[in-house]
Amino acid sequence: MQKSLLIDPDKCTSCLQCEMACSFEHEGAFNPAKSRIKIFEFEHGKRAIPYTCTQCAEAWCMHACPVEAITKNATTGAMEVDEDICVGCKVCTIACPFGTVNYNQDTGKVIKCDLCGGDPQCAEACPTGAIVYVDADWTGYERMKQWAVKTDSQLAG
Amino acid sequence: MSWQRKVLRVDLTKGSHAVEPLNMDWAEQYMGERGLGTKYLMENMDPKADPMGPDNVLIFATGPLTGTMASTSGRYAVLCKGPLTGAIACSNSGGKFGAELKFAGYDLLIVEGRSSKPVYLHIVDDTVEILPADEIWGTTVWHTEAHLKAKHQNPQLKIASIGEAGEQGVRYACVVNDLHRAAGRSGVGAVMGSKNLKAVACHGTVGVRVDDPKRFMAAVKETNKLLAESEGRKGLTELGTNAMIDMMQEWGGLPTRNFNEVQFEGTDKINPGAMMETRRNGHRNLITNKACFGCTIACGRIAHIDKDHFTIVNRPEYRHASGGLEYETAYAFGPVVGVDDIDALTFAGYMMNEHGMDPISFGATLAAAMELYETGAITIDDTDGVPLNFGNAEALTVMAEKTGKGEGFGKVLGLGSKLMCEKYGHPEFSMTVKGQEFAGYDSRALQGMGLGYATSNRGACHLKHDVFGEDMEDVSGNGKAKPVKESQDRVAAVDSTGLCLFTTAAWGIPEFAKLVDAACEGDWDEARLLESGERTWNLERQFNLAAGLTKADDTLPKRMLDVPAPSGNGKGKVNELGKMLPEYYAERGWTPDGVPTNETLARLGL
Repeated sequence: MQKSLLIDPDKCTSCLQCEMACSFEHEGAFNPAKSRIKIFEFEHGKRAIPYTCTQCAEAWCMHACPVEAITKNATTGAMEVDEDICVGCKVCTIACPFGTVNYNQDTGKVIKCDLCGGDPQCAEACPTGAIVYVDADWTGYERMKQWAVKTDSQLAG
Repeated sequence: MSWQRKVLRVDLTKGSHAVEPLNMDWAEQYMGERGLGTKYLMENMDPKADPMGPDNVLIFATGPLTGTMASTSGRYAVLCKGPLTGAIACSNSGGKFGAELKFAGYDLLIVEGRSSKPVYLHIVDDTVEILPADEIWGTTVWHTEAHLKAKHQNPQLKIASIGEAGEQGVRYACVVNDLHRAAGRSGVGAVMGSKNLKAVACHGTVGVRVDDPKRFMAAVKETNKLLAESEGRKGLTELGTNAMIDMMQEWGGLPTRNFNEVQFEGTDKINPGAMMETRRNGHRNLITNKACFGCTIACGRIAHIDKDHFTIVNRPEYRHASGGLEYETAYAFGPVVGVDDIDALTFAGYMMNEHGMDPISFGATLAAAMELYETGAITIDDTDGVPLNFGNAEALTVMAEKTGKGEGFGKVLGLGSKLMCEKYGHPEFSMTVKGQEFAGYDSRALQGMGLGYATSNRGACHLKHDVFGEDMEDVSGNGKAKPVKESQDRVAAVDSTGLCLFTTAAWGIPEFAKLVDAACEGDWDEARLLESGERTWNLERQFNLAAGLTKADDTLPKRMLDVPAPSGNGKGKVNELGKMLPEYYAERGWTPDGVPTNETLARLGL
């Protein structure tokens, strides 16, 4: 079963534990500048939105890559960059409509979310449940349930 | 590791900068942030220097755990000689700036001298520039942050800056970072302004590494779990620090109308319940809570003001969310000035953040001005036509803005309570220690708090000791000296790690030791952390003694010592400082005159 990151901005406090966990997993250092997930704050912190790769099934980045450095991990469904093949041409960063593939000038390669091989550290680190890792076919389950509860209370009410 | 082992030194007089290695002997003795910053301050300036002159030194200090995954790792301290007190000033802040400075590769930023023209620092890793600040001088903190991010086309810049208050030398001006987090107390922003330094804008891509990553991550997981499960943490997350207002009201320790009373009839209108209540036209003050960097508590409040409220009805530019009430702002704009209008309090908070001022000192100074006004020592002719009666919400909001902008009577309020009260011949109205205003706790109902206020090295402060438990067990001076001394050392150790004091809702020194030991080289056990804290406390004391302070400065205002509290758990009592202080000096290993003995200094390697 593939799983997906499910993000609930309403729960995000902008603590950046996710950015640190991500950079620690991939770079061995706490370094939000190299994080594959970013938190965006709006209106003096009124809202905070975590944003990262959604692992498109027909990924623009994968199709755009001229050297086939980006492939799909059959187990996790993540689009992964093979650093040994990547030539740093950045075409994938142009192709991605969401901006979630980015160039790393320290290595000359691109970086993107790889779901940490199936154990995403951002979700592990998030203290509020704003980022969770759930069944890819049922990312809408909790939201459906919340509406079902409302419907139930209206019917009962 | 964990320390970056690099110090950035900027000389504003010469317009030059240099990178030097961190003195690791000092790091091993003082850890970082508050402790290490104190050591660097002591070694880099004459404590007798004029706080507002070029010989004062301004230090931004991170700790070894700043920028790591340990919870609340965003903290940094700003140190200098304080203009409000003439004593050492050390104010720490959260937000995201401190971690960013560390990510750029620096443990400390030392700013010396004075620029002939307004400048700001632009730091991106190894690239350090001193740039003209003409475009932002005279503007607010909020404008400065937006302007610099746009100018450098770098939304990831983190910025610490001063507002007009710091430029104009308001003696309790602060350094604000990330819009509404501040190194708030003791006037560190005024010192930054005296150096013609408007802002430090920083972006770092180097990151922070720890000595033993595996052990560190295990310690992070364990300590985060403790925090997550703690009731104290839960209270901070759900209610914020303002939950304290109901506790202090019930206890009778809530300073009201310039400390003439200790309970306030209007707390229900400004407490967490009021912040969360839906009121007229569907308005609710509180929007959400917000975390500083790395923080799994998220005690910060994001609020907004009712669009029909008198403060903003004609000012659409303030119809946005921003930092909301915390306990100290609620106290300083509420009970101590007698105001219970939650939107007025929130607006005053906006003014503090936007113009860069310490709300505690502003509120307590305004409270003293209100007493001057009500007793006839000043009149409406002095106050720009604004009646300064206790309870006047408009006076609060108008004076907050005037003080921030340095206009009219705001200039007088900007002197701080001590100088203002002396100016009008009523020093007894000033509720200060060493010139710094009290936080929101009355020292007759909380006796150990009074000893903490009197002996805090930066002037009256509630954050340098922690004896709530002892104070609530027994309202007397009995047995307070030891826990005050011990908690002062403990807090100094926590402050020096680079983490937030609020983690102590769930953690004791063993948890901090575990994190520091895994992050840093060498062996860091509980005893070493506590000794480091005690060393820091004594070094701060030595700075103050060298600056000319004496035992006579370790005191409380007459109102605390001679006038019994009118109600609450301290009813009929005065603070028993006379009993506690000699015991405290003895506990510290100081002479009866409050000077560390040679034996004490030798024991601490000073």
